[in-house]
Amino acid sequence: MLSSFLQFLISGVTVGAIYALCGLGFSIIFNASHVINFAQGEFIMIGAMSAVWLADAGVPLPLAVILAILVTMAVGVLLEKLAVEPARKASVTTLIIITIGASIFLRGLAQEVWDKNFHKLESFSGETPINLLGAVLMPQTIWVLGTAVIVILLLAWFFNRTLEGKAMLATSFNPLAAQLMGINTKRVLLISFGLSAGLGAVGGIVITPITFTAYDNGIMLGLKGFSAAVLGGLGNGAGAVAGGLIVGIAEAMAAGYLSSAYKDAVAFIIILAVLVFMPNGLFGRKGTERV
Amino acid sequence: MMEVRGLISHYGRIQALSGIDLRVEAGELVALVGANGAGKTTLLRALSGVQPLSGGAIWFEGADITRTKPADRVGLGIAQVPEGRQVFGPLSVEDNLKLGTYRRRGPNVAQDIERVYTQFPILKEKRQQAAGTLSGGQQQMLAIGRALMSHPKLLLLDEPSMGLAPLLVEEIFRTVTELKKEGTTIFLVEQNATAALAIADRGYVLETGKVVLEGKGADLLANDEVKAAYLGGV
Repeated sequence: MLSSFLQFLISGVTVGAIYALCGLGFSIIFNASHVINFAQGEFIMIGAMSAVWLADAGVPLPLAVILAILVTMAVGVLLEKLAVEPARKASVTTLIIITIGASIFLRGLAQEVWDKNFHKLESFSGETPINLLGAVLMPQTIWVLGTAVIVILLLAWFFNRTLEGKAMLATSFNPLAAQLMGINTKRVLLISFGLSAGLGAVGGIVITPITFTAYDNGIMLGLKGFSAAVLGGLGNGAGAVAGGLIVGIAEAMAAGYLSSAYKDAVAFIIILAVLVFMPNGLFGRKGTERV
Repeated sequence: MMEVRGLISHYGRIQALSGIDLRVEAGELVALVGANGAGKTTLLRALSGVQPLSGGAIWFEGADITRTKPADRVGLGIAQVPEGRQVFGPLSVEDNLKLGTYRRRGPNVAQDIERVYTQFPILKEKRQQAAGTLSGGQQQMLAIGRALMSHPKLLLLDEPSMGLAPLLVEEIFRTVTELKKEGTTIFLVEQNATAALAIADRGYVLETGKVVLEGKGADLLANDEVKAAYLGGV
C-alpha cells in the first residue's frame, strides 16, 4: 500500500521536475516579452534528440550532453532572431501564433534531420535499482531530481542576486523604465530565449533514459509544462516549480489509482480549473502596484 | 552640453513635435513648461531615444546622438526620471537603486546608495520593501535617486511634482535645486510652471509641439502671456 503510493510519488516527482523546468522556460520568455512560446516543448525534444544522436555517433556522454544543450540554446536564440524579433511590433497573439508555427517547423525539421523512431539514451549511472521502503528508485531518477534542484537554485540565484538577472526582471515589469536605466531590452529577449531553450534541453536530456524520446515528444511535454506555468501563475518562477510538481504528482496518482488512460487528461483538467477559478494561478502576481 | 535642432516626431499621423530647437548648457537648470498635450513628455522621450523621430537632430557634448540607442545614451550620461515615476514595483527599493547603476557598474555602488539614503531618509527605512508599496512622493524620490545612481551629466526630469501634495512638491523642488548646486545639469519639464520657472536659469514655453517663448526663468515668470496662459491669470 505504502510502497505503491511511494512508487507513484517517485514517478510523479520525477516527471514533475521536467514539467517544472519546462514551465520555468515558459515563464522566463513570458516575463521578457509576454509571449507564450509554444515551441518550448520542441526545445525539450531537440535537446534530447541531439544528445541521443551525438551519443550514438560515438561522442562521450558528458560531452554529448553539453553539446546538445548548446545546440538547443542556439536554436532558441535563432528562433528569437529570425521569427520573433522581426515581428516585434506585432501583437502578442500574432507572436504566439508565430511560436506555434515555429514548433511545427522544428518538429518537421527533426523528422527530416533524424527520423520518426523512438530513441533511448543510456542511463548516466547504470540501471541498478535502489530499494526505497519497498518502492523502486532508478539511479536516473536521482539524476533528474538532482539536476532539477541545481538548475532551479542557479536560476533563483541569477534572478535574485545578480544585477543582470534583476535587469531581466525589471524589463518584464516595465520595459520603458528598463530602457531608461540603460538596459538593452532586445538583448534581454535574446537571453531569455537562449535560457529557456537551455532549460528545456536539460530537462529533455536527463529524462530521456527513463521515458525515451522522438521527434514529436515535445508536444505533450510542452503542454504539461505550460499547465505547470499557468497553475503556478505565469511568470512566477517558484509557482512554475510548484505547478510542475503538482501536475506531475497528480498525473502519476491518476495513472496509478484510476487508469493510465486518464494520465494526460489530468494536466488539462487542472489547467481548465485554474483558468476558470483562479486565472492568476496559485502564486500569480496580484495588482498591488500603485499608479 | 545638449542641443536639439528641428526635432519632429509623430504618433501615427498626429504630429506631436513640429520642429523643436533648444539647448541646455553645462551646469544650467532649464525648465520646459506648457499645457497638457503640448508635447513635453514626447520631447523628453525623444531625448532619451525611446520616441521615434521623423526629423531633426540631437547633439550631446559635441556628438550627434540622434541615432544612438536608448541604452547607450544612459552610458553617455543622460538619465531620465520618467513621468509617473515608473519604478519597478515588485522589486525592492534597494534593487531599484542598484538597477540605476546598470550601465556604470563600478565599485562605489554601496556608497552611492548611502548618499541617496542621506538625501531621502525615508527610502532607507523602506529599503527592503517593494517599490510599488511606496506612496507617490516616496516613489518620486526613488525615481530621482535611481536616476542619480547612474552619475548623470544631464538629468531629465518629467513632471516630478505631478500628483503630489504641496509639501512634497516643495521638497522635490528643493531637491532639484540642491542637485543643480552640486553641479548636475538639469532639464526640467513641468506643468507647474510657477515653481519650475522660479528655480530655472532659463525656460522654454511649449505649445502644440512648438517652442513659442524662451528666456530667463525670471523673465518668463513676469511675462504677461505666460502668466495668462500658465500661471492662472494675472
